[in-house]
Amino acid sequence: MDKYKDLKVIASTLRKDIINMLNKAKSGHPGGSLSACEIMTALYFKEMDIDPKKPQWEDRDRFVLSKGHAAPVLYAVLAEKGYFPKEELNSLRKINSMLQGHPDMKGTPGVDMSTGSLGQGFSAANGMALAGKMRSKDYRVYAMLGDGEVQEGIVWEAAMLAAHYKLDNLTVFLDHNGLQIDGKNCDIMDISPIDKKWEAFGWNVIKIDGHNFDEIFDAIEHSKNTKGKPTIIIAETIKGKGVSFMEDKVEWHGNAPDDEETSIAIKELGGEI
Amino acid sequence: MAKKVATREAYGEALKILAEKNENVVVLDADLSKSTKTAKFKEVCPQKFVNVGIAEQGLMGTAAGLAAAGMIPFASSFAIFATGRAYEIIRNSIAYPKMNVKIAATHAGLTVGEDGASHQALEDISLMRTLPNMTVINPADAVEAKEAVLKAAEYNGPVYIRLGRSKVPVIYNEDDFDFEIGKAKILKDGSDATVIATGIMVNAALKAAEILKKESINIRVIDMHTIKPIDEKVIIDAAKETGAIVTAEEHNKIGGLGSAVSEVLVENCPVPMIRIAVNDTFGESGNGDELLVKYGLTAENIVEKVKCIKGI
Repeated sequence: MDKYKDLKVIASTLRKDIINMLNKAKSGHPGGSLSACEIMTALYFKEMDIDPKKPQWEDRDRFVLSKGHAAPVLYAVLAEKGYFPKEELNSLRKINSMLQGHPDMKGTPGVDMSTGSLGQGFSAANGMALAGKMRSKDYRVYAMLGDGEVQEGIVWEAAMLAAHYKLDNLTVFLDHNGLQIDGKNCDIMDISPIDKKWEAFGWNVIKIDGHNFDEIFDAIEHSKNTKGKPTIIIAETIKGKGVSFMEDKVEWHGNAPDDEETSIAIKELGGEI
Repeated sequence: MAKKVATREAYGEALKILAEKNENVVVLDADLSKSTKTAKFKEVCPQKFVNVGIAEQGLMGTAAGLAAAGMIPFASSFAIFATGRAYEIIRNSIAYPKMNVKIAATHAGLTVGEDGASHQALEDISLMRTLPNMTVINPADAVEAKEAVLKAAEYNGPVYIRLGRSKVPVIYNEDDFDFEIGKAKILKDGSDATVIATGIMVNAALKAAEILKKESINIRVIDMHTIKPIDEKVIIDAAKETGAIVTAEEHNKIGGLGSAVSEVLVENCPVPMIRIAVNDTFGESGNGDELLVKYGLTAENIVEKVKCIKGI
């Protein structure tokens, strides 16, 4: 008996939703959305203390998608969790939609921070974690960074701040899929050794397979038990995960699948939802 | 001789009041707390003071997150770095989601003085004014600055407050002063022309009015402390009733008070207008008062432009 069977079904559903919504939107970012499905499923369906009926509940755990272009995976998980009807996913990126191309906290229930300009969400997550400390709240703040995103200077300003203020209520996932728009991280602007960089900045660093639920949950547990420093979970992932022709292909960073590609992808992901 | 106090001093005093008054107020600085006077808040409320180090982007990003979690952050640095270096963070993380962040920036304008052009923010009003949801306040003296900070804390949404380094004459009476965001103050009535001034130029406008009065020219003087939302009614009334407008600001001619006033005038009541401002150039090192003379920002310059617009 697979103890994560239910979660795997949800992750697969998210993937199908992502493919379908991008196909309808005719634009958007599939690669970095598909790579984050297990982490998002783990957070929203097991880990985070949240209530879809009260998206603004003061004591809720928070999630900030700093790599805001992966909005489709966030929308898919929020819809699956019941923050808004699933039909809304069909309106992604269209005029008058609540689902903007990048997350808009004022327009979409469940979005904790407007993001899209890389690096800024991480800094805002710091502010949320600081506020939690100042108000003696128990909530945790989760954030997700892309690996290309860490090339932004503000990321390292935020990394210093979180360690300096001992934000142990903050857990950051680094979606390390190795690709950015123009190619491989290592060819465009090498970010390695990424674990050593975060260690040097005073963070608790954990490396995992970002598609393995056991490792994701162990890492989260470890981060919750680590006192006096923030945690970064460097999750090795595959961009475009789950769709054979998208996997590890830089071309699928920001391209929507056409109808034929969509039907192939949905079939690979286990058929219609 | 009027008492002189820097508006940044008033900011520090207002923060001390807020430390007592509002438990949600938190103050952030980027390693300039002694200069921006946020150190006064730190003294009385260290647990709500955050020094982010020399990192203006992180300053604004962290403030956005604090606001998202229900706090009322005051984020401070020198005006050029707060608005210039962190502009896009302010745009996307503060203005766009209408975060309840107050950006109180000191050392604005030419009167920073000796540090020179790199430190003289002459574009900050323009940059902040162009952002949807942003309120922009430029107080004329310490009394107004203090009240503006207290009112900004009560207002729900992003606010930019422009403060100066140098001591400036106190023109308002603290015991008899009310302040409303977006409502200009008519300091002197007159029918020959109107001078609409902001920041330290309000005092210069009052001096100009005295000089002109001796020549039987009576001007209206308006303190436009809020550049956005701008008090359109007071501008339109002045245009209709006095027929000529001169604006005065310690800011680049492009994009600041003069631009804001002219936008209102051309759409509602076009009248002759002259903008007194830094003439689309960078500043230089020097004593603040000497720089104001060199760049044409004195009471005498206002007198000259009022006469010019009246054809005298």
